[in-house]
Amino acid sequence: MAIPLAYNVRSVFQRPVSTFTTAAGIGLTVAIFIGALALAEGFRASLVSTGSNDNALVLRKGADSEISSAISLESASIIRSSPGVATSPEGRSLASPEIVVVVNKDRLGMAGSSNLTVRGVDPAATGVRTALLLEEGRMFAPGSDEIIVAQRIAKRFANCEIGQKLRFEQRDFTVVGHFSAKGSAFESEIWGDASVLAPAMHREGVYQTLVFRMKDPGQFPAIKKALETDPRLQVEVFREREFFAKQSEMFTMIVTVLGTFITSIMAVGALFGAVNTMYATIGARTREIATLLVLGFSPLAVMLAFVVESLVISLLGGLIGCLLALPMNGITSSTTNFSSFSEQAFQFQVTPQVLLAGLAFSALLGLLGGFFPALHASRRPLAAALRGG
Amino acid sequence: MAWVEVREVHKQYQREKQAITVLDGLSLQIEEGEFVALMGPSGSGKTTLLNLIGGIDSPTSGDISVAGTNIARLSGAELARWRSNTIGYIFQLYNLMPVLTALQNVELPLLLHKMNGAERRKRATFALELVGLGDRLGHYPRQLSGGQEQRVAIARALVSDPKVLLADEPTGDLDRKSGEEVLQLLERLNTEFKKTIVMVTHDPHAAERAHRLVHLDKGVLSA
Ligand SMILES: Nc1ncnc2c1ncn2[C@@H]1O[C@H](COP(=O)(O)OP(=O)(O)O)[C@@H](O)[C@H]1O
Ligand SMILES: [Mg+2]
Repeated sequence: MAIPLAYNVRSVFQRPVSTFTTAAGIGLTVAIFIGALALAEGFRASLVSTGSNDNALVLRKGADSEISSAISLESASIIRSSPGVATSPEGRSLASPEIVVVVNKDRLGMAGSSNLTVRGVDPAATGVRTALLLEEGRMFAPGSDEIIVAQRIAKRFANCEIGQKLRFEQRDFTVVGHFSAKGSAFESEIWGDASVLAPAMHREGVYQTLVFRMKDPGQFPAIKKALETDPRLQVEVFREREFFAKQSEMFTMIVTVLGTFITSIMAVGALFGAVNTMYATIGARTREIATLLVLGFSPLAVMLAFVVESLVISLLGGLIGCLLALPMNGITSSTTNFSSFSEQAFQFQVTPQVLLAGLAFSALLGLLGGFFPALHASRRPLAAALRGG
Repeated sequence: MAWVEVREVHKQYQREKQAITVLDGLSLQIEEGEFVALMGPSGSGKTTLLNLIGGIDSPTSGDISVAGTNIARLSGAELARWRSNTIGYIFQLYNLMPVLTALQNVELPLLLHKMNGAERRKRATFALELVGLGDRLGHYPRQLSGGQEQRVAIARALVSDPKVLLADEPTGDLDRKSGEEVLQLLERLNTEFKKTIVMVTHDPHAAERAHRLVHLDKGVLSA
């Protein structure tokens, strides 16, 4: 079957204004589509990698989040001295009983306030949470009212610069350092010494959670069993990383569902746009199409050629969309994490996969957008089409 | 049987549930190598008849055969293949592809025939030289005059060596001088290359070029 491809491909480049207008329109929707995907990608990256597989996290039996958990001082000391817990070279057990409190703080550079997670930790926590990295300043001194703030939080909230004071429950805490944590959820937190934060925040006598480094992470099932069956404790034990992954599951799902919903609506809209544009493009060439058919090209060949033309234009649009979307990469934004009700920082991540998905989307737009108008045009009664009616 | 044989052809169009009869039992014979001019008032069915002979439209009833093939009952795809081998069509408004050069326009119908690019180019160039446009191969339609465009269209119509050339008011949109050139060209194709030509025209002066005049009025021939 002979296909007048040369004619259609030349049409793309010989009508630069029409081609560019159509491609730009498709490019814009593809850019928004890529934006939605990049956002979902950013969420995923900020959520899944929190915690270590070498750590175990202990919560009260039945607690479904850190905030709703409670571990008594007695339980904490029993767990701390249990045989599965690793020790530092100096002989200290690598365990951190922690309090987790949500506070409300003023945003920087804009009106309003937002929730933040404050984590009171044991000074041994640095040996447990090895992902933590001080970017500026120094670690808080044990037993002092000093705190360290995640770098990403410091940029978004007031009074978080080193040397400035943050007030929690009538008491001032001095910021002495900024940290990062390999992109994990800890980058949305403020850390201080639990022994100072607990009384300040009226949380004496009870911790929320306890995290410890396992002597042998391979023994996790045995460690878990030993603690969970101890009648004095009434606790549940998780691998730290699995726990945080599960915590964000709901959040990730909501984001995914919402993202899918929004992108689907946009995709359908873009599709109608593409079909409309191709109808107009093809409609303006009724006489040329009729002429191709008179010359003897088959209706199927003509239809295929116009679908290919539409595909070429929409792929150009896809490239424009990728170029438009690239600058989004790395833009930081935030939202509320529904499992802790605190501020969650994340970045748009325009990965190669996301760009590829954008291109595939534009190709789909081209195929579907070209198909119906091309089918319609190639099937019209020839005599009527020649009259241009 | 005649080269072009139209027998008892009726053609009706449906317009808003109302059937209008355009051709009413029309019969016509054209011999191989003839140059026939088809005249008649506007709306008398000249284009319709030309489209039926060219396999662009199908009759409501009756038979049409061209060069021995009865085309009245062929399907759309069969007609398309048949047209590419049998018919060269020349339109009043040339119908060239604006995005293709003169050479590419003339090469276009050759895509439907088995031949390589070099052969296509050679044939298209020859056809353009024949119509006197050997020096305009790379020009786009917008860079040509109306008369030149129509001559490119004629080159396109004859490049695949069709059995019949059909021309629907080929000079209708041209000034006197360009029209004259186009008519001379058609005449030469008929006398020198023995092409069978059916030409619709309003212009008695143009009709004089033909061997035979056929008048169409209200869907029937009138001597
Ligand atoms: N595809 C069509 N659908 C409906 N009516 C048509 C169609 N083609 C032609 N007609 C009608 O048929 C009549 C003859 O048209 P046409 O063959 O173009 O005449 P001519 O070429 O002699 O001016 C006109 O009344 C025209 O409106
Ligand atoms: Mg007409």
